[in-house]
Amino acid sequence: MGTGRAALPLAVLLFSAALAAAQDTERIEGSAGDVLEDDPVGRLKVYVYELPTKYNKKMVAKDSRCLSHMFAAEIFMHRFLLSSAIRTLNPEEADWFYTPVYTTCDLTPWGHPLPFKSPRIMRSAIQFISKRWPYWNRTEGADHFFVVPHDFGACFHYQEEKAIERGVLPLLRRATLVQTFGQKDHVCLKEGSITIPPYAPPQKMKTHLVPPETPRSIFVYFRGLFYDTANDPEGGYYARGARASVWENFKNNPLFDISTDHPPTYYEDMQRAVFCLCPLGWAPWSPRLVEAVVFGCIPVIIADDIVLPFADAIPWEEIGVFVAEDDVPKLDTILTSIPMEVILRKQRLLANPSMKQAMLFPQPAQPGDAFHQILNGLARKLPHGKDVFLKPGQKVLNWTEGPRGDLKPW
Amino acid sequence: MMKSLLPHSGLRRSSVVTGGRSSAGAGADGAAADVSGAGPRAPASSTFWFLLHALCCLISLFLGFRFSRLLFFMLFSTTALYHSATTSSSAAVLRATTTTTTTTTTTTTTTNTFTLSFNAANPPPSSLSNRTALETAAAIKAGTSGNPQSHVVVGRHGIRIRPWPHPDPVEVMRAHRIMERVQEEQRRWYGVKEPRQVLVVTPTYSRAFQALHLTGLLHTLRNVPYPLTWIVVEAGGTTNATAAMLSRSGLTFVHIPFPDRMPTDWADRHATENRMRLHALRVIRERKMDGVVVFADDSNVHTMELFDEVQKVQWMGAVSVGILAHTGAAEQPRLSEEDKQNMPLPVQGPACNSSGHLAGWHTFNSLPFAGKAATVVGEAAPVLPRGLEWAGFVLNSRMLWKDAEGKPDWAKDLDAVGENGEEIENPLTLLNDPSSVEPLGNCGKKVLLWWLRVEARADSKFPKGWVIDPPLENVIPAKRTPWPETTTELPSELLDAKQDQEDRRLSRTNKSSRPRSTTKRKGDVQEHAN
Repeated sequence: MGTGRAALPLAVLLFSAALAAAQDTERIEGSAGDVLEDDPVGRLKVYVYELPTKYNKKMVAKDSRCLSHMFAAEIFMHRFLLSSAIRTLNPEEADWFYTPVYTTCDLTPWGHPLPFKSPRIMRSAIQFISKRWPYWNRTEGADHFFVVPHDFGACFHYQEEKAIERGVLPLLRRATLVQTFGQKDHVCLKEGSITIPPYAPPQKMKTHLVPPETPRSIFVYFRGLFYDTANDPEGGYYARGARASVWENFKNNPLFDISTDHPPTYYEDMQRAVFCLCPLGWAPWSPRLVEAVVFGCIPVIIADDIVLPFADAIPWEEIGVFVAEDDVPKLDTILTSIPMEVILRKQRLLANPSMKQAMLFPQPAQPGDAFHQILNGLARKLPHGKDVFLKPGQKVLNWTEGPRGDLKPW
Repeated sequence: MMKSLLPHSGLRRSSVVTGGRSSAGAGADGAAADVSGAGPRAPASSTFWFLLHALCCLISLFLGFRFSRLLFFMLFSTTALYHSATTSSSAAVLRATTTTTTTTTTTTTTTNTFTLSFNAANPPPSSLSNRTALETAAAIKAGTSGNPQSHVVVGRHGIRIRPWPHPDPVEVMRAHRIMERVQEEQRRWYGVKEPRQVLVVTPTYSRAFQALHLTGLLHTLRNVPYPLTWIVVEAGGTTNATAAMLSRSGLTFVHIPFPDRMPTDWADRHATENRMRLHALRVIRERKMDGVVVFADDSNVHTMELFDEVQKVQWMGAVSVGILAHTGAAEQPRLSEEDKQNMPLPVQGPACNSSGHLAGWHTFNSLPFAGKAATVVGEAAPVLPRGLEWAGFVLNSRMLWKDAEGKPDWAKDLDAVGENGEEIENPLTLLNDPSSVEPLGNCGKKVLLWWLRVEARADSKFPKGWVIDPPLENVIPAKRTPWPETTTELPSELLDAKQDQEDRRLSRTNKSSRPRSTTKRKGDVQEHAN
């Protein structure tokens, strides 16, 4: 009797200790298992074309802001691949071919990338590789991949209507595109593309970390524009009216810490918030998602039909909250009626370091980071299907397709 | 966001690209893009567009707002373009869209082609249902995402605002509960795993500032998120006032009387306080109280982080204390440059070497204050701390117990301390080996509490328990109340006081406001007294 009595509290103690240890973070189970931790080394080989420096290095030399803006992924991907273990110098054994052309490095004085020359730059690069090497013509690009991190990917325009009108660059129709833009059933998201997070400076975010025991006392946090008065004075165009709706409905709500101010404690504030709004802007994606994930703030994604980064590896529905643009007026009801266990589970998933790592582009690259997730995505597409390799003499792409301005040499 | 300038500057850029046409007025932007898009036309038509564009600009300037090019597109163009109309409400111009972004509702329609119906009605249709007129746009060939399956429409959307855009109190409460629960989880993950009880030892005695100090400390302790017991040792025996305050505090407390009275000399006061603390430690030992012992003097100010840090102590820890040796003097003594340079950093605490181990102690340098320090409690001069104050040390109460498992040998037995009546200056005397003290608070870098001694003069009077009973001695009648004629004899000192008040008042005001007959002349009083 005595020993039985003693054993019970001991068992309870052990059980609770085990529970406490397991409770801290939860492993993310993607649709295909723990794919975030897959190691791409040995699963694929990538050949990096040697392009003249006018396509890459000279652009960066002209304007070094390319290395820190949100489109910098293309540059860092190139650098990563050059020194990676999956790089092969023998193109015959390569599964994938990478063309290092920086199409988003032509910046205005204010730092915004101009996409007007990008189609020509891309076309010129493809012409170069198709003439120098036989591998492009072998498949017409079906085993090539390109990083196109601009607003609407390979549509190369910042205005959605114009981008839709242009569509994906005709020469890239067979290639795999690695882009930040993702929206279901959209012209600019090609079948088989890999969506990646936008570049957010990992060093800068690390220097603004606060102790994790700092209590989260802000319910909803957002900093950014609600009306783009320069380009859309009446509202309704920018963000499809969603951001304006957020402002008009919740500007008086004490639970919503939203404003257009950009405080110096922006990163610290995100770490003190439970929910961070990630509404669409002119394009549905933004670095806010990356910041929210890194700082453990549950992202509230307000962008209809958006395709989030690495959607096949990361179960975003379990991590973030999706709110339809039509439901924005009910945002406070939606957020306060999420059950407590769901919120805590989302926070546990966000606390998982592999989740944060997958969103970042650290230099030098670390296992599990976004570079590796891209390679994992490429590896998952192997082996290439039958229609990748063309019969000799077969031509699929039309090289003279597209607006006349694109055909001008660069 | 960055994107804000994107299209705007883009449009400007495109105008630069197509030959530097100057865009005058706001109406230029869209037109410039359009024109650039129509670049490959023949020069004649481009000149025509240019003239049209200039005409639009002029009209805009004349009218004072951005002129909708819709009119011209309706007449000439077949290209689907998006545009933005003006915001001013002018009945003269047919407006394709109407929006009011100010107050309540906005309804808009997207128009991409001229065949769309205008909202010729001004004001806009005030359908408070706030649904967007999206359906109309979707019906007409507006720009969808290019794909017939997509239901996300590109173009102008309505701004959805609900009829009562104010917070619902029930939801606010739910949000607060969510945040509380989240914070609880945070504490559970990142906070202290097994919080120990905090035993706060406070020596105090009855004097004017006691209520002030104890109230402050009381509030601090109420905010400590760990189980806490407040051990208050009162010199001169327990008083009802202190007991009342403790019982109203809501804290668990132990009120211990200390037989000796508190002396009025600072040196003696420090010594007595030390003996009181030792007495408290003995009580802890007797009652086998378990937890972390914190020495909180009643006039000190503590941060909340202190209580989180002390949970980490194994046996004995030290924290950095900020020393506020204030100068109560009205004139600050002029300090020479050298003195200013040598002014001590007002911090006492552990000093660490580069590997994070205890290397020594920072003590307060009292030299600049030599000769100017206060000796009597309540004197207006800097009050200096001892070399190392008790407040900077924390103990594991098991160190005090007679037998506790794991008790290190460098801890002296409590009985051996203070027997011979020697001065126990600081808790280091409780140890055989002072080097085993753990530095807390990021190895002493963080100052977690401030040491301060503020007292009134020892002979200051204050109402007992801060309750006014009996009434005060000085009674000044209100000027305008109908003060009843008092027939009862007023005691003489009251009369004197009143006479003084009256005289002072009389001397200030003019003679016309002679006081009423309630005042007696001084002479009469004297006679009466006689």
